[in-house]
Amino acid sequence: MMRWNSYLLAVVLSIASAGCEREVRPFQDLSAASTTSQKPTLSQLYPGAPPPQPESSPFQHNAYAMAEGKRLFDSYNCSGCHAHGGGGMGPALMDDQWIYGSNPANIFETIVEGRPNGMPSFRNKIPDQQVWQLVAYVQSMNGQAPIDVMPGRSDHLSNGTPENARPAETPKQTGKP
Amino acid sequence: MKASRLAPIIAAAVAATACSGNQAMFNPQGPAARSIASLGWFLLSVCAVIYVLVMLVAAWALTRRRSGSDDLPATTTRLSRAVTAGVLVTAVILAIFTVSSVVAGRGLTSPSGPGAVNLDVIGHRWWWEFQYHDVTPSDFVTSPNELHIPVGVPIQIRALSRDVIHSFWVPNLHGKRDLIPGDVTNTWIQADQPGVYRGQCAEYCGYQHAHMAFVVVAQPMNEFLDWIAHQRQPAAEPSSDEARHGRDVFLHSTCVMCHTVRGTDAGARLGPDLTHVGSRQAIAAGTLPNTRGHLAGWVADPQSIKPGVVMPPNPLQPSDLQAVLTYLRSLR
Repeated sequence: MMRWNSYLLAVVLSIASAGCEREVRPFQDLSAASTTSQKPTLSQLYPGAPPPQPESSPFQHNAYAMAEGKRLFDSYNCSGCHAHGGGGMGPALMDDQWIYGSNPANIFETIVEGRPNGMPSFRNKIPDQQVWQLVAYVQSMNGQAPIDVMPGRSDHLSNGTPENARPAETPKQTGKP
Repeated sequence: MKASRLAPIIAAAVAATACSGNQAMFNPQGPAARSIASLGWFLLSVCAVIYVLVMLVAAWALTRRRSGSDDLPATTTRLSRAVTAGVLVTAVILAIFTVSSVVAGRGLTSPSGPGAVNLDVIGHRWWWEFQYHDVTPSDFVTSPNELHIPVGVPIQIRALSRDVIHSFWVPNLHGKRDLIPGDVTNTWIQADQPGVYRGQCAEYCGYQHAHMAFVVVAQPMNEFLDWIAHQRQPAAEPSSDEARHGRDVFLHSTCVMCHTVRGTDAGARLGPDLTHVGSRQAIAAGTLPNTRGHLAGWVADPQSIKPGVVMPPNPLQPSDLQAVLTYLRSLR
């Protein structure tokens, strides 16, 4: 009986510890991983093998950062062109079509460098930590994030499907606008 | 032992601070606060008398000697008379309390006359925005975290919130009024004497709720009109090279994404308006006095001063930071 209790406790604690990264609030992040010194990739041609692309952003598993990204998406008027993900003047972000790549590094670069035909560069305008928060949120818009981390509701009245209830898309790189 | 001896002293000290100072409901400086304070004193003194009486009766009951013969019927009759009297007195006192609090409450909901100044109080996490109305929309004045009012006239306030529920409270001038997102609530304040009073968010609104304060500067009408005329002016043109460089840094870095400095290209509405930031008494919603050193710490790393605040850290070059400080301090 005693042994079963301790097994149960171990299982419960290990499940609970999975929530730690999800709920941590990194208020100060000026680590090397998030400085704008990263070289933007301007071409698909590399000397030798292509450099490894990170598969996940620093905030891929952090609910607070993703919620901040959702707030900043409105605050910095991303929704002015992308319209909460459905697209308008700018392309839709909740579908599976990716013009410039769905990788976190690609999204980071898109925000920092801008893209032709409308996407402005936010270099030096948005701190890198906030760019990574936006990257995490943009990924959640089409379901590319763990379901327990993605936002479940909006701060304002909204009749759209919340991010964590949208079907996860399989990203396809179209390469053309 | 030591803690238990200290506890009443600390409690008395805390209670005493409520009776004086510029954030104290028992130091009323306006008609509304005065009727709240007098109602408070009335309830407190009546309840204190009742408390002393109850304690005396309890002490008498504990110490009185039992009578030898148990004369049951007579005791019961005496007891029932005492209970009836007690219930009647309690009912009368409660009725008086109800009537007096309703009478006091009726006087609190709206001022005796029309508002001499109309303004919006807008709650943000975690700062206050005070927007003065005018017939001409371009003459609207926005003053973050510092509310200037003329003395002797009622100020009509519309309270709004941009995110969560906050509560507007200047203990010296009026009671609390909640700010409800998506709704408009109304309140008013009036100060009789010129002075500086402190207000505070009184509804828990998140991590930095405790650092969501503001000052109310009550001043004579002519000084108030001078102040508001000055606030309408766009930002002063920088006079030195360093201040000019500071403006360039401000307009080409992250600052411009959230702040407004009227008269420049900075027009974002996410953070406090900085057009006259140098003239304010405090920064970061009453968190720090407005000095160059505090401002430097705040611009460079707000997250170590007020963790969780919306403003991100700004890793500026030292020379750029000094220039930005010179520029911000020049915005008087």
